[in-house]
Amino acid sequence: MPTYRPGPVSLIIAAFVALFLLMPLLAVIPVSLTPSRMLAMPSGELSLRHYRALIEDPRWLQSILLSIRIGVVSSAFSTVLALCFSLGVWMFQPRFTAALVGFVLLPMVVPPVVSAITLYFLLTSISGFSAFFGYDTWLGVAMAHSVMTVPFATVLMLVSLSQLDRRIDLAARGLGATVWERATRVIMPNIKFGIVTAALLSFVLSWEEIGVTLFITSVNAITLPRLMWMGLRDNIDPAIAALSVILIIITVLVLAVRSFVARQRGA
Amino acid sequence: MRSYLSDRMGAALLMAPLLLFLVLAYAWPFLGVVKWSFTLPTPGLGQYEALLTDDLVQSVFIRTLRIAAVVTVVSVAAAYAITVVWVRGTPAQRLIAEFCILVPFWISVLTRAFGWVALLSNRGLINTWLQAIGFISEPLALVRNEFGVIVGMTHFLIPFAVFPLASAMRSLDDRVLLAARGLGSSRMRTFWTVFVPMTRSGIIGAAMIVFVFSLGFFVTPAILGGGRSVMIAELIYLRIFQSPDWGLGAAISVVLVLFVGALMALLFRYVRPKQLI
Repeated sequence: MPTYRPGPVSLIIAAFVALFLLMPLLAVIPVSLTPSRMLAMPSGELSLRHYRALIEDPRWLQSILLSIRIGVVSSAFSTVLALCFSLGVWMFQPRFTAALVGFVLLPMVVPPVVSAITLYFLLTSISGFSAFFGYDTWLGVAMAHSVMTVPFATVLMLVSLSQLDRRIDLAARGLGATVWERATRVIMPNIKFGIVTAALLSFVLSWEEIGVTLFITSVNAITLPRLMWMGLRDNIDPAIAALSVILIIITVLVLAVRSFVARQRGA
Repeated sequence: MRSYLSDRMGAALLMAPLLLFLVLAYAWPFLGVVKWSFTLPTPGLGQYEALLTDDLVQSVFIRTLRIAAVVTVVSVAAAYAITVVWVRGTPAQRLIAEFCILVPFWISVLTRAFGWVALLSNRGLINTWLQAIGFISEPLALVRNEFGVIVGMTHFLIPFAVFPLASAMRSLDDRVLLAARGLGSSRMRTFWTVFVPMTRSGIIGAAMIVFVFSLGFFVTPAILGGGRSVMIAELIYLRIFQSPDWGLGAAISVVLVLFVGALMALLFRYVRPKQLI
């Protein structure tokens, strides 16, 4: 328990920072209720027309479904790859581990715009001989998202493995368990929480990915962030405010549930 | 009895899929981009020469460095203030601080940039209110300029600066602070001469992370800059998709990677990676 508490000056400055952090999230609420067709503050009456537009305009629903599909596929793919890789690192501690992990983490540390142009190069090259799998296809986007999310999944797996007691694995090994049995019956049940978190984080990162997606899609694979981008750049569409409010509410709810669960586990 | 050989085989089999995937889907195409920078439109070092002579490219580089520097100072200072409360406050204060840090962190960059548009644009919240109370007659230009870009980027990067700072503040020994207070040092003096110097590694880590992130930032400057205050990442996008000049876009990317790599190498000379989480 820290005995050294922040004083009044610290608290006042921190309150301003907190206000700054929440301000743009609160600002979208009044905008989403405007009766106007353009971005404006509601003057007088409120309207839910922009929420209705989200349901009635098929483009929004289509891109939500596409984003979910891409998120599920890319998250499953990166979770499996990251799990195998991390198990290999933890169980065998091969030479050059640091260099190999460093290589895997590259897409996380390289500026996203450079990853974007790299994946653009990759997908346009693939497009040369495949129409389903390349530039502006959902499979291509899913693969690109896997490249971008796999470092985060790997970090989470390695962190949860590092908290695992090695003696459990040594005991299994001493009792004659094979590599497969050690991995699936001993190690994986103990890092379940880490695996689920990695899958969830990969999904969320893919769901909101825009920097790379912008480079590798044009008219067919329009994910939700991509559609929001189009509505933000040209003529600002207040439907984005309605969508933002919904996304913010979901985030707050998920975080509240998560911190509740974490408290229960801790208690 | 397990042989050394089968252990090596097991490791190789488990690690190979991911390594192979990243070699094929990331390392190989990156070399392709490097090749573009030397071959498009004509083979040679022409693109790199252009980087050094082209006025537009130069001004974008300078603007990017300037914005990144301002954003780094402001967001590390702001993050420091809220992290102190998050790590050292009363349980209620900590809960509020955590909420204010984590909620924006998990919300997508597009939503956050849009929130700033809603606040800062000509018909946005701030201008509407200021005009309603008669404080100004014409809307202030708060967005589609460098000011808007800096505000939006600072907002995005504060949570990233919080984590290394929190890690440094958590590992700090309370007894040192109590000793300083016990010896008659004021609150202010204890903070500036004991607390801040002892969290230096966190400050360096946070500043490096924010600076490196700002250099390659794309979405926020593109939305809040409105095409007027273009940064490096947006310049790459424009070279690839608007003026088609792939060679120059590729050359800028290569320079950006080298620059960021050099900064990271510098960072890891002072801070161990574990201190950043």
